Amino acid sequence: MKTTGPRPPVLPGSAAIGEAMIAAGCRFFAGYPMTPFTEVLEHMAARLPEVGGVCVNAESELEAVGMAWGAAATGTPAATGSTGQGLSLMQESLAEIVYARLPLVVLNMARAQGDYFQATRGGGHGDYRHLVLAPCDVREAVELTQYAFHLAEFWRSPVLVMGDYYLAHTHVSVDVRPRDFGPLPARDWALDGSTGGTGAAKLVSPLSDRKQRHAGDRTDASYDLAEFYTRHGGAMERMVAETEPRAETGFLADAEVVVVAYGTPALYVRQAVRDLREQGLRVGYVRPITLVPFPSEIVRAAASGARVVAVYENSGGQMVDDVRLAVLGAAPVRFIGRLSLDSSGFGIAPDLEVGAMRRRIEAAFGPAGDASAWTPQAHGRSAGGARRAADPR
Amino acid sequence: MSAGIPPASAPGPQPAGRRELPILTTTAAAPTCGARLVHDFTPDLIDVGAHHLCPGCGEPIAMRSMVEQVQELDQVAKAIAVFGIGCYTAYSNNLDIEVLQALHGRAPSLATGVKRCRPDTLVFTVQGDGDMVNEGLQEVLHTAARGESVTCFMLNNGVFGETGGHMTATTVLGQRTKNTLGGRDAAEHGYPIRLADLIAQLDGAAYVARGAVDDIVNITRTARMIKNAFRTQLRGEGFSFVEILTMCPTGWFVDTAAAPEYLATTHAATHTLGVLKDRRTSA
Ligand SMILES: Cc1ncc(C[n+]2csc(CCOP(=O)(O)OP(=O)(O)O)c2C)c(N)n1
Ligand code: SF4
Ligand SMILES: [Mg+2]
Repeated sequence: MKTTGPRPPVLPGSAAIGEAMIAAGCRFFAGYPMTPFTEVLEHMAARLPEVGGVCVNAESELEAVGMAWGAAATGTPAATGSTGQGLSLMQESLAEIVYARLPLVVLNMARAQGDYFQATRGGGHGDYRHLVLAPCDVREAVELTQYAFHLAEFWRSPVLVMGDYYLAHTHVSVDVRPRDFGPLPARDWALDGSTGGTGAAKLVSPLSDRKQRHAGDRTDASYDLAEFYTRHGGAMERMVAETEPRAETGFLADAEVVVVAYGTPALYVRQAVRDLREQGLRVGYVRPITLVPFPSEIVRAAASGARVVAVYENSGGQMVDDVRLAVLGAAPVRFIGRLSLDSSGFGIAPDLEVGAMRRRIEAAFGPAGDASAWTPQAHGRSAGGARRAADPR
Repeated sequence: MSAGIPPASAPGPQPAGRRELPILTTTAAAPTCGARLVHDFTPDLIDVGAHHLCPGCGEPIAMRSMVEQVQELDQVAKAIAVFGIGCYTAYSNNLDIEVLQALHGRAPSLATGVKRCRPDTLVFTVQGDGDMVNEGLQEVLHTAARGESVTCFMLNNGVFGETGGHMTATTVLGQRTKNTLGGRDAAEHGYPIRLADLIAQLDGAAYVARGAVDDIVNITRTARMIKNAFRTQLRGEGFSFVEILTMCPTGWFVDTAAAPEYLATTHAATHTLGVLKDRRTSA
């Protein structure tokens, strides 16, 4: 988006995400403190009342997601969120909200990247999916948070935005004005009480979207879950199939090694790849921006000419499964990440440093099968900053 | 409804022991009473008369009372009911008022979200004892403590009716359930929670009452409690709560006809009926 006039304000990422939510129309927020989600909650508690919205300090994440569910059912753009553990508590509700077909934006201000499975597979029950977006910096977080509200409303589904400590705490000058993502369907499903007594009072439920009297010939007093789940499953499939998978790519044309990483660590991967290119290494990267739908085609295309696909995650390796599914054996997929945390566990990762990332990527150039045996020295390359043997695991 | 359904025929008293079908006496005279649909006997706001609840169940009586009070207070086009999960969930797709279906235990938070966004609506939850006291106790307590302007109703039958008659946190001592076959024993199963009493202690709660649907007197009293709870909300006077003791002959393993008596002597002996708190400024 082009900005004219004065420089946009300098904000910490948490406030920028909060402002992005408000710009996207969010008027209800509920949450329970947990670093680094707390910072967003504080911002919403201060700001929402100023714009006529409501922020509730929920007594737990269970209440937070329940309140957001209720708010969403009234057609009010709503959001909630937490950090890993809190998201775990919310999973039962998130799964049901998918079935109740309600728009809701959920933030996971995660610690490290161990919540990939939770976000993309869901810890909840049943045959459900929802969209997941993964910004890598504050500006993109502002963009994607607003996009999340659009997608949520468009598909009537929860959308999860993955953040972290870096996103919450980086101060940047960022334009938080509303973005326009195109038209949205009417909120004719929203509850306000007014259809009571009309013979067609609305129902918002994860068990059905119509009342008995409207279920064709049936006057039977029960839900038809088989019918509803099947029909709903179709809508969910369409959402995942028709939402454009997004990824940023770089230096792929002749890349021998393709590195895949998402979120904050991808920033370090991107810089490390640039550095290695300067040294003449044929390396490129793919940064998935949508985790659901996963940009499988983009990863597959990138892998087609590569000798190795390397995956960096700040975890024991979760997205690597999706990369393997995307590549489908076209190239060996090697995991070059590991869990890297500070002692508090909040997510300041010692490994998030460009030199360290370079060494991990260089390791991926080593012989297949035993990446750990490979060192830049043994490989006869003068890898910049290779002060110690690469440790890809 | 003033008159019952007139008999289709007047065959006269049959001699004891005879089980023959009566011979219909047909005349050319006009019927003395117009034909009526079964629907005529169903409250206006209940869409379909049929439901799968057991004969003798108290929940339909309580449900009927709630929707009748919504109607009497002229709130039909303003009401939003938030349902928990239990046998009563049969009504969540069966009412002609707007309904939001919650998860087991979570209705009070959903009701909070609804009310905060639509302050002009009449928001109430319909939950059971298993739903409200077992699965979601903290939800209702926090909602009450916050003084949330919603009404919560608990249909207390002292069992998980839906799962087939298992012990809940309100099951009274000595009560036999499927997982307390020898009767609830305090030493092994702990003591029942008297939820209305607990909620009455919270400053955010303005109106707290416990009724029952075992006989016409209690049904009438309970209807008044429901109305007062709604009035509390409509006047913005705080959180309101009515616990309603309901019969569950199936889950209690007693005869249908014996269930009201069982309720009165067993459940109501622990969960005492009455208005526990009325902080309304104008009654
Ligand atoms: C999280 C969860 N746990 C368990 C169940 C299974 N379940 C359905 S209804 C019910 C008990 C309902 O009891 P109550 O609220 O007292 O209602 P009643 O059936 O007695 O009317 C249970 C345990 C569920 N639906 N969800
Ligand atoms: S099991 Fe009990 S609560 Fe459920 S419908 Fe039957 S009588 Fe009613
Ligand atoms: Mg019960």
